[in-house]
This record gives sequence, C-alpha cells and structure tokens, in this order.
Amino acid sequence: MNGPLSVATIIAALVLAAWYLLRSALNRAPSRYDLLGAAALTALVSVLLITAVFGLFDGSRPSDTVTFIGYLITTIAFTPVAAYLARLEPTRWGSLILGVACLVIPVLVLRLQQIASVTGA
Amino acid sequence: MPEASTRPRDAALGSGLGRVLLLVYGVFALSASARALVQITTKFGEAPLAYLLSAFAGLVYLSATVGLAIGGVRGRLIALVSCSIELLGVLVVGILTTADAGDFPDDTVWSHFGSGYGYVPLVLPFIGLWWIWRHRPQPGDPVSV
Repeated sequence: MNGPLSVATIIAALVLAAWYLLRSALNRAPSRYDLLGAAALTALVSVLLITAVFGLFDGSRPSDTVTFIGYLITTIAFTPVAAYLARLEPTRWGSLILGVACLVIPVLVLRLQQIASVTGA
Repeated sequence: MPEASTRPRDAALGSGLGRVLLLVYGVFALSASARALVQITTKFGEAPLAYLLSAFAGLVYLSATVGLAIGGVRGRLIALVSCSIELLGVLVVGILTTADAGDFPDDTVWSHFGSGYGYVPLVLPFIGLWWIWRHRPQPGDPVSV
C-alpha cells in the first residue's frame, strides 16, 4: 500500500486535477480525451486497490478492516461517478467536477495508507 | 397552477456550478455519515459525545445538500438552517477542541475547524450561504414553492 504505485497514483491524480481546473478556468467542457484521462486514472486506482486487497490476505490486517473496505469501495467508485456526472454536464462545470474528484483521490489514497499502516497486530 | 415538473430557478441542481457545489456537499454528507456509522456501531462507548456529534454533522450536511438541490421556498429554508447550523457547529466545535481537547476525545469533521479535512468544512458553509444569498428572491420573480 505504501509502494511507488500509490505515489504514482497520487501524482497522476494531482496532474490531472491541475489540467481539469485549467480547462474549467478556460471555459472548456470536458473533451473525449479528458474523459479518457479519467478512465486511465480509474485503471491506475484499480490496480492499486487490487494490490491492496491482496495485501489483506498476507496476514497484515489493518486494525480497522470495515473502514478500510469502506474506503476501498469509495476510492474505486469515485472517478467513474465523477466522469459520469461530468458527461452529464458538458460545460466548464463538468471540467470542474473532474478537477474536484481528482483532488479527492489523493486524500482517499493517503487515508487508505494510514489505515493500512496501523496494523492490528 | 404552476407546472409540477418545473424546477425552481434557484435549485442548485439546475446549474453547472450548483452541481459542483452539490458534489462537494454530497461527498461531505457521505463521509461524515459513514464515519459516524462506523464509529457508533464499532466503538460507541469510547466517546459517545464525539460520535453523536459526527452523526449530527452528517445529517446536517445531508439536509444542506437536499435543501440546496431542490431550491424554492422550502429548499432555501432547509439550506439556510442547515448551513447556519453547519457554520455554528464548525466554529463552536473548532474553538472547543482548540481550547480544551478533553471534552472531545475523538475527532469529528468539525474538530480543530476541520483541519483533518483540509479546512474544507470551515469554508463550505460560507459557500453554501453565499449560494443562498446570491439566489435570494428578487422583486418581480415568479413565486416558486
């Protein structure tokens, strides 16, 4: 959970967030490529979370498994939901929705790291 | 008689910026409520006051989201009351936790002015109140209920 993969996810999310906020500031609706970028971020997050789920089985359980799983579900669902909402809103505000979502993702990943590192053992 | 399907002009659901605002409010409603639910179901005895406060905060965010979303006279009232409670809550709990952590043994969304949530809980009620103020009824507006 603390590997280079989560650092890569956080950086990718922040870079995308900056891009979407810029697009919104320039009054651009989310383009096809913007939505593809969100899909790529979702893929990256999925890989990270699958690794985290496998980590659950190697004995180092987080102290608070319920919260951990709750965060897992939220994190994996977040970008797809935001991308769906952004498609419904083909204005600059759609880009802002994507930007906000990409700012939330690093927070979720950091929280997951925190919960995972406080092991119950 | 006005058409039932017409959305009030000030409903946040009806404009792009409003939808972004609703997304942020919705995220906070979800995270505060989910957190309170986990705290109350797994370790309520440890800090009942803080956990009940978490649950209350979650409900306030929820009603603010709904109020802002539907708009109209009733929505405005719900949103105004919720955002005011939210502002009071974050200020009072923020001051209490900063002055004396003894009364709040565990963190809530509003502890230390929401520092655990990037101070967004401190800013959010102002944005909500600004939204309500900006969409206040103008003389000559069609009355929307």
